[in-house]
Amino acid sequence: MNGPHDLGGRMGFGPIAPEADEPLFHAEWEARALGIVLCCGALGYWTIDESRHARESIAPADYLRFPYYRIWLTALIELLQRHGELTARELVDGHALTPGKRPEKCLHAQGVVGVLSKGSPTCRTVEVAPRLGIGARVRVRNLQPTGHIRVPGYLRGHVGVIESQCGAHVFPDSNAVHQGEQPQHLYTVAFDGAQVWGQGEGVSIRADLWESYLEAV
Amino acid sequence: MPHDHDHHDNDLDEMTALTRALETVLVEKGLVDPAAVDAIIETYSNDVGPRNGASVVARAWTDPVFADFLATDATAAIASMGFTGRQGEHMRALFNGAGVHNLVVCTLCSCYPWTVLGLPPVWYKSPPYRSRSVRDPRGVLAEFGTILPDDTEIRVWDSTAELRYLVIPERPAGTEGWDAERLAALVSRDAMIGTALADVP
Repeated sequence: MNGPHDLGGRMGFGPIAPEADEPLFHAEWEARALGIVLCCGALGYWTIDESRHARESIAPADYLRFPYYRIWLTALIELLQRHGELTARELVDGHALTPGKRPEKCLHAQGVVGVLSKGSPTCRTVEVAPRLGIGARVRVRNLQPTGHIRVPGYLRGHVGVIESQCGAHVFPDSNAVHQGEQPQHLYTVAFDGAQVWGQGEGVSIRADLWESYLEAV
Repeated sequence: MPHDHDHHDNDLDEMTALTRALETVLVEKGLVDPAAVDAIIETYSNDVGPRNGASVVARAWTDPVFADFLATDATAAIASMGFTGRQGEHMRALFNGAGVHNLVVCTLCSCYPWTVLGLPPVWYKSPPYRSRSVRDPRGVLAEFGTILPDDTEIRVWDSTAELRYLVIPERPAGTEGWDAERLAALVSRDAMIGTALADVP
C-alpha cells in the first residue's frame, strides 16, 4: 500500500539528530511494549508480514507523529482485536472480560531465550529455478496494491541489475493476508542513485526484491 | 457502574497507562507472562547488543579464514560465534574497502540485525533517516560527522526483505598487532550501520 511507512526519498523531516549515549528505552512503557509485542507474536495468530501491514495501516498523521513503540503498540491492539483476543471495552477497563483463547501458547520466561535465539527463518525450498540470472537488467514493476508489499515506492519503474540470488523466501504480500507463504525467488538488485533520483554521483542503492516484483528488460 | 480500576485515577501518562492496561488484560487472559516480558527486556538490555557485532568485526580483521567465511556465508559465520535468532535469521556482511562504503537503512519499517546489534536506536527508526539515507547518503553521513572522499562509492542497502546487513568497517591504521578483544573496542554500533567509521586509536 502507498502508506505513511514508505519513506524513502520523502522530504521535509528535518535533521536526523542522533542522541548521544541514547538509552535503550526512553520510558518504562517502551520496554514493556517491546516485551508484550514479542510475547503476543508467540501466540501464533499472525505473521511478521501481517504485523507490518497493521503498522502500515495506521492513519498517516498518527504514524508520522507516533514514537516507534507506539506504532507497535497501536498495531498490536488492532491485531489482538482482529483475532478475537481483546475488546475495546477490556482495554478501557483494564481488565479481561473473557479468558484468552490460546493460553497454551503463552510464552513463559524459561522459553524466552530459546524463542529469541531460534528466530523465524523465511527461506523455503521451491521446485522452480530462479528466472533471473546474475547480471540481468530488470525493471521494478509499477505495483500499487492496497495490501502489503515490500517494494519501496521510490524504486517503481526503475531499472536495476540483479547482483545476487538469495534463494526462495516467503512472499510477504500473500503471507500478510493469510493466503499462504507462496515462496518465490528473492534477488538483490542494484540501482544507480543518479538514475533513481535524477542527480548525485557515486551513490548506488540495493534492495532485496521478490521475483514477481521484477520484469526482465 | 463502579470505577474501581486504577488507570484512570492517577497521573500516569497516556502511554504508560495504555501499556499497563493492555499488559494487565493479557496477563489476566493467560496470554502474556509478565516474567517473560521481563526476560525479553533483560535479554536485549544485557545480552544481545552491539558488542556481539563488534566481536564479529574484530575477528574478521584478525582471522582471514573467518573473514572469508563471513563473506561467503555470513549467517553461518555469525552463528558459529553463537549469535543466532530473531531479526538475524539471514545475514549478509558488507565489507567496506578502498573506494566503497556501505550504509544500511530500512525505508519501509525498522529492519535491523538484532542478533549482532541489538535493538535499533530511535534515529534509525525515524522518518528523517529513513527518508534521506537513500536519496542523500552523503548529507546523512555528514550529519554523523563522517566525510568520505568524493570518489568513494556509497552503497546504500535498503532492507526490504528478511536479509539483515552488518557493515564491516575498514580496520584503522595503527592497530597492527592488536588482538581481537582490543580491536572490538574500536567498533561502534554506528560503524556497523555505516553512519560512522571504526574509531582511530
